Amino acid sequence: MNRKWLERLSPLVLLVLIVLLWELICRAFNVSEFIFPSPSAIWTKLLEFHSVIAQHAWRTFWVTMVGFAISIVVGVLLGFLIGSSRLAYTAIYPLMTAFNALPKAAFIPILVVWFGIGVGPAVLTAFLISFFPITVNIATGLATLEPELEDVLRVLGAKRWDVLTKVGLPRSMPYFWGSLKVAITLAFVGTTVSEMTAANEGIGYLLISAGSSMQMGLAFAGLLVVGAMAMAMYELFSFVEKHTTAWAHRGSQNH
Amino acid sequence: MSASVTESAAYPAGPIGAIEPTLRADQLFIDFRDVWLAYNDELLAKEQFAVEAIDLKVRQGEFIAIVGPSGCGKSTFMKLATGLRRPSRGQVIIDGREVTGPLKISGMAFQAPSLLPWRTTLDNVLLPLEIVEPYRSQFRQKRAEYAERARMLLRQVGLGGYEDKFPWQLSGGMQQRASICRALIHEPKMLLLDEPFGALDAFTREELWCTLRDLWEAQRFNVILVTHDLRESVFLADTVYVMSKSPGRFVVRREIDLPRPRDLEITYTPEFTAVVHELRGHIGAMRKEGAEVAQ
Repeated sequence: MNRKWLERLSPLVLLVLIVLLWELICRAFNVSEFIFPSPSAIWTKLLEFHSVIAQHAWRTFWVTMVGFAISIVVGVLLGFLIGSSRLAYTAIYPLMTAFNALPKAAFIPILVVWFGIGVGPAVLTAFLISFFPITVNIATGLATLEPELEDVLRVLGAKRWDVLTKVGLPRSMPYFWGSLKVAITLAFVGTTVSEMTAANEGIGYLLISAGSSMQMGLAFAGLLVVGAMAMAMYELFSFVEKHTTAWAHRGSQNH
Repeated sequence: MSASVTESAAYPAGPIGAIEPTLRADQLFIDFRDVWLAYNDELLAKEQFAVEAIDLKVRQGEFIAIVGPSGCGKSTFMKLATGLRRPSRGQVIIDGREVTGPLKISGMAFQAPSLLPWRTTLDNVLLPLEIVEPYRSQFRQKRAEYAERARMLLRQVGLGGYEDKFPWQLSGGMQQRASICRALIHEPKMLLLDEPFGALDAFTREELWCTLRDLWEAQRFNVILVTHDLRESVFLADTVYVMSKSPGRFVVRREIDLPRPRDLEITYTPEFTAVVHELRGHIGAMRKEGAEVAQ
């Protein structure tokens, strides 16, 4: 029982320890707030600028969600296509891998030319950076069907579509939820990076303007907020994953 | 040799239909006419066949078993019988019709139970009814009726009370029982079993032999059982075929006329042992030949 609680609380304990150490170092060496603000200084700034931060955070949040929604739709459809057809797999996969290797930040200047400063580039950067893991996971879930199971159904006259909907899709659900957890954090990265150069609002913009006016406390507060939002979304998908695809996690639950 | 055991015949090369007992057309259920299969055109051009010169006549309701070394084309034979593959040469006629695609009158079970982990045992058994007509179009309206049928089938194989458990909550033997129920729920005319008991321990295996025997005695569907286990084949089947390795062809046909219904006790009688021993002899001879060729 004790051990279980320790395990559950361990991330919090670690966090508190790090914050304490950080605070201690800042105070002990009297580090300037313009170089490396202490947690307490960041907290003060967070409270002081809470309405400004909230406004930018909300912008970053919904922009990320829009980009993420697009990447779910595109990612699932593309993954479905790749996973269900060998031809599509062979044709698309290498190109997609090459595309994924490109740094998405490099697209931002181009997106600015096409869509102007603001929401457009941020949404698209969030999308571009986060659809890949979703696609790969759906495709893998569909492509790794046991041949015996497929035979069992095909003998009954099942069409390709039947096999995909009765077996392929439910089977790839755990992969899907797993990929969302990765994708959402990437989407926040995409939005923030894009806002840093191509927006007048959002946490990314806040970071840049705080940095240029030497408001290090505020910049760190912004970082903290992005981290917290990504973390919260991660936990949300983690929760949904556990409650919709329990059959895939039985090992860890039984012990 | 005991009176209850007929002579087995070693087939000469080539078509072997002449040795089979003559059957009236309406008694015939499975009819393979000089069937050859190469997996692709390249292999066909090189005359490398996975199975060749298969001539097989099976009565309505007959239980046949196919034994042979691994990799001898048993699974290929199953694919031909279900219509998952079409022969390169020859004809497969099942239930009076030439097979040109998946038959929909057969059910299959494999060594791996391959149940869907997100469905309960009951829903797993119901799966074929969601796919095969005429059940498919009535599935929504008649779900309760079908569920009752599935429950009855599960009770028959000793899985009463486990309907709402998930497959991963069942033991290996129970999963295999559920898998056989899934193969039978749409009342197929033909049941194909590919080493279904291969992964089970000896006691569970014998229990499941009896389960299968009882299901077959009650419904008399056709069974094609592919197995490594000679005792299993002799205990369950009416006729045992021995298949040779690459090229896969039937080399021995052995009718088993041990009296039915058969009890597990029969496996300890000298008649039973004699048949098993005889089949073992054929397989041993084949393995030896294979070894010589390899050298």
